[in-house]
This record gives sequence, C-alpha cells and structure tokens, in this order.
Amino acid sequence: MPEAPFLGPSLALSAILFTIGVAGVLLRRNAIVLFMCIEIMLNAVNLAFIAFGQLHGVSGQIMVFFVMTVAAAEAAVGLAIILAIFRHRQTVDLQTINLLRG
Amino acid sequence: MAEIIFYLFAVASVIGAAMCVLQRSPVASAMWLMSTMFSLAAIFILLNAQLIGILQILVYVGAVLVLFLFVVMLLNLGTASKDMRGPSAIAAAVTISGLLVIELIALWRYTPARLAAEIAQAPEAAAAMFPGGAIAEQETAARGVVGAVAGPMFQQYLIPFEITSILLLAALVGAVVLAKRRI
Repeated sequence: MPEAPFLGPSLALSAILFTIGVAGVLLRRNAIVLFMCIEIMLNAVNLAFIAFGQLHGVSGQIMVFFVMTVAAAEAAVGLAIILAIFRHRQTVDLQTINLLRG
Repeated sequence: MAEIIFYLFAVASVIGAAMCVLQRSPVASAMWLMSTMFSLAAIFILLNAQLIGILQILVYVGAVLVLFLFVVMLLNLGTASKDMRGPSAIAAAVTISGLLVIELIALWRYTPARLAAEIAQAPEAAAAMFPGGAIAEQETAARGVVGAVAGPMFQQYLIPFEITSILLLAALVGAVVLAKRRI
C-alpha cells in the first residue's frame, strides 16, 4: 500500500476550509466576497482530491486540474455578471439586488 | 519535520480563510484569500502534488485573484458599513456550518490503517487495494513529476481535456459579451 502520510489531517483541513467557505456564502452581502468564498470551497475540494490522489494515483491531480479550469472560467463569467449588475444598480450588495424575488 | 510544516501551513490557511470571510474591505479579503492559496500550494507540495502546487500559485494567485482585485478596484468599492447579514441569517449560518463541520470532520478518522483493517475483513478485495497509488509512484520515479500527470491527461483523459478548451472559449466569449457596454 502506498504511503499517505497526511490523509486524515488533510481531509479534516479540507472539511474546515469548506465549512468556512459555506459560512462566508451565508454571511456576506458583498457579491465579490461571496465569489471569493466559493473559491475557498473549490480549494477545499481540491485538497481532498490531492489527499486521496496519494492512494489512488494521479487521477486526483488531473481532476484538480479540471476543477481549476472550471473555477477560472466561473470567476471570469461571474465577475462579468457582477460588472453588468453594477452598471444597472450601482451596488453589489446582494440584499438590494432582488429583481427576481417574487 | 514535515508534520510541523504541514500543521503550520494548515493553521495559516484556516486563519486566512476565516479572515477572508470576516474582513469588511473586499481588498483585505482578497489579500487574506491570497495567503490561503499560498498555504494550500505548500500543502499540495507536501502531499506529493508538486505540479498542482505550482499551478495553484500560477492560476489562482496569478490569474483569478488578480481578476478579483481588478474588479474590486474597477468598481471602486469602499469599506461597507454593514456587510454582514442580519442576526437571524447569522444564527442560520452558524447552525448550518456547525452541522456541516461535524459531518465532515468525521473523515479525520478515515486513515489508511483503518481502511486496511476494513478491507482485511474482505480478503478478496485486498488484491485490488489501491493499485493506482503504487503505479503512480513507479510512474513518478520513471518519468518525473510532470510526466506522470501529463501521460494520463493526454491519453486517458484526452476528451475531457478537449472539452475543457471549449468551456474556456465559451467563458471567454461570455465574459466579453457580458462586460460590454449595453446589455
């Protein structure tokens, strides 16, 4: 069996970071900071992939590569949407952006 | 020695993430997020994923965070006086994240030794236990860190890799269209 020295601690760190990201998404009102919290969550998932990749081969690292690509694309499109909203409303406060609320 | 370095960077990444959530100014949040990214890159290197560690610095710190800072400064956002949600939302957030961390922290107990003990109860599965890790170690020894990742990426995962390029093209076009003047 291959050596996996930090598997348990890595998964715990991944859990803590993911939870901090979730708390940030639930707590903050600034849309840009909300995107940063989503990046924290994606990074936590990457850490779990890398930790399991020690046991299961390089497929985990390749998944992390794809996650990074998706995260970069998501950040670019999301920030463009925030820019478009800011032009209309002059704010990025999510409490005041309620156009779609029924 | 490696354990000390691991826990040092683990604590640094948790502090960075927590401060990213708690800081009022978006620029300060981005800076704390940067420290989290750097600490995670160090942890990736400790976990024998050297290529991903360097890519983490290049892609996240070099591209994504610069994009965040660029947008923050373009929008000229100051420090908001009230950036947190109301007390009921805070209570809900603390409850939800508390439950989530209890659920996820159970993975702490998921160590290779326990897994081996579980598999030992079903001996027929033991032969198939983690062939990938041993193969990856041989590959890394034979072809180097980058070669071991690049081989499967351009053979086994070639079609997902090509689909990624279409995704990036779509994101590029979408970002340009969305950020244009009139929408």
